[in-house]
Amino acid sequence: MPSSNKSINYNNLFIYLLAFTSGCSIMCIELLAGRILAPFFGSSVHIWGSIITVFMLSLSFGYLLGGKLSTHSASLNRYGIIFIIAGISLLPIVTSSTWLMESIFVAIEDSRYGSLLASTALFFIPTVILGMLSPYSVRLLVKNSNESGQVAGKLYFVSTLGSALGTIITSFYLVLWFDINTIVISVSLLLSLLGITTIAFAKANASFDKMNAQRDISHA
Amino acid sequence: MPNSTSKLALCICFLMSFFIANDAMAKVIHSERSLYRNILVEDKGDLRCLKFNVKSNKTRQSCLYKSKPEQLVFNYTKLLLTGLLVKPEPSRILIIGLGGGTMSNTLHQLLPDSFIDNVEIDQSVIKVARQYFGFLENEQIKTYSQDGRVFVKRALLKQQEYDWIILDAFNGDYIPEHLMTKEFLEEIKSLLSKNGILTANTFSSSKLYGYESATYKSVFGDFYQVTNQDYSNRIILAGKSGLGKKDHSEHETVNQSEDISKLATELLAIGVDVRKLYQKMKSTAIHQDWPDDSPILTDQFSPANLLNIDTE
Repeated sequence: MPSSNKSINYNNLFIYLLAFTSGCSIMCIELLAGRILAPFFGSSVHIWGSIITVFMLSLSFGYLLGGKLSTHSASLNRYGIIFIIAGISLLPIVTSSTWLMESIFVAIEDSRYGSLLASTALFFIPTVILGMLSPYSVRLLVKNSNESGQVAGKLYFVSTLGSALGTIITSFYLVLWFDINTIVISVSLLLSLLGITTIAFAKANASFDKMNAQRDISHA
Repeated sequence: MPNSTSKLALCICFLMSFFIANDAMAKVIHSERSLYRNILVEDKGDLRCLKFNVKSNKTRQSCLYKSKPEQLVFNYTKLLLTGLLVKPEPSRILIIGLGGGTMSNTLHQLLPDSFIDNVEIDQSVIKVARQYFGFLENEQIKTYSQDGRVFVKRALLKQQEYDWIILDAFNGDYIPEHLMTKEFLEEIKSLLSKNGILTANTFSSSKLYGYESATYKSVFGDFYQVTNQDYSNRIILAGKSGLGKKDHSEHETVNQSEDISKLATELLAIGVDVRKLYQKMKSTAIHQDWPDDSPILTDQFSPANLLNIDTE
């Protein structure tokens, strides 16, 4: 079946692209986190301690949760929905970060714990959701257990490459060209749009498969 | 070609002797790597200096003469004292960025009744200032190891006020970008008492100049710029209720009030000539040396370090 094989390849390529974008988004947001917190909690070393701790912690939970979710009827459609949710979960950073940090600043005098709480409140949920995407991608890509290691390796490669790109682009150029909020909204839109595209792609695939199946039946 | 070889050898000899001599002159008496930077204390004859980075020539330093610690060594610290010409008797002073603590010591000597709060992010710098620069602390002079922005925000919550805020947190290598923004300057402005003033040691070159100037103007209106002849430093002197309406450089020096002439004598004792200071104050109302359309730095947009790379 050469034609169906080719369509699967496109499918995989698309998933790798999505994994790349999620890696890119995570590091873009993590880098901006330092600037978002600075007006209230300063730029002492412990600010980065708080941010990196929260991102690592939420990614680890995200991996666990994404892996668990992938065991129940995993589909490209659901994968797309996770992207949309990730995009939406970034929006509170734009809309509520100021009053949130203000109230935490007033409540907690020690800027170590203040920044830890603030970065948890702002970044925990979106990063958990973005973290879920990696194991879910592996589930969608792996077709037999023999290739699972290679697929996981490729996926880490692609998504970490995305992270590297997200880091350098944000710190070298984006902050020089745009407001922080503009960048966060753009990332949120990008993730949501990719999610919608994924769902459309999944629908198209399904109808294509259905058509193929019908044709096969009629030929038979 | 024996001639050119011998020339080269001579040249190398000369260079080596230069380095050796230089090494002999400057002796590093303390060095440590703190959380934020490398700290070096160097002795060169009578001069003792605090350096933050050896390799960079942009680095600003804090120096004193060991035999005459009350003398101000650097021009920019002298320029900061223009604050006293506008506000001769500040009773509460906030210094953000400690360095060797020489500014705090000098001000305490000039204004023994004033209260001085020093804020420095780096605990190691505070330690070095105490150990090697005779940084004085007492009932009136306090030091806080904290980020400047956080200190200012906390002070506002406690409804404190300062008559004079000195912003000297920019040592040249890394700029704390959250101390450059409109929002921060507005916080500073609210922290000032009714006729309080701000003196800020700022950047005089690179693209940042226009951005920074426009940001200060958007918050304080017109201000004084105090510069050296070689423009290596620029001090911004701004007031809560507006300053810089007129230019001090030409007149004013004649009809000094009694306060100022007393101050002038005291300043002369530490190596500062008040008349020269007046000459160096230029109002932005009369002379604005950056483009009108310069963008403003905000908490949302403050790529100060990136802007500082591009020199014009």
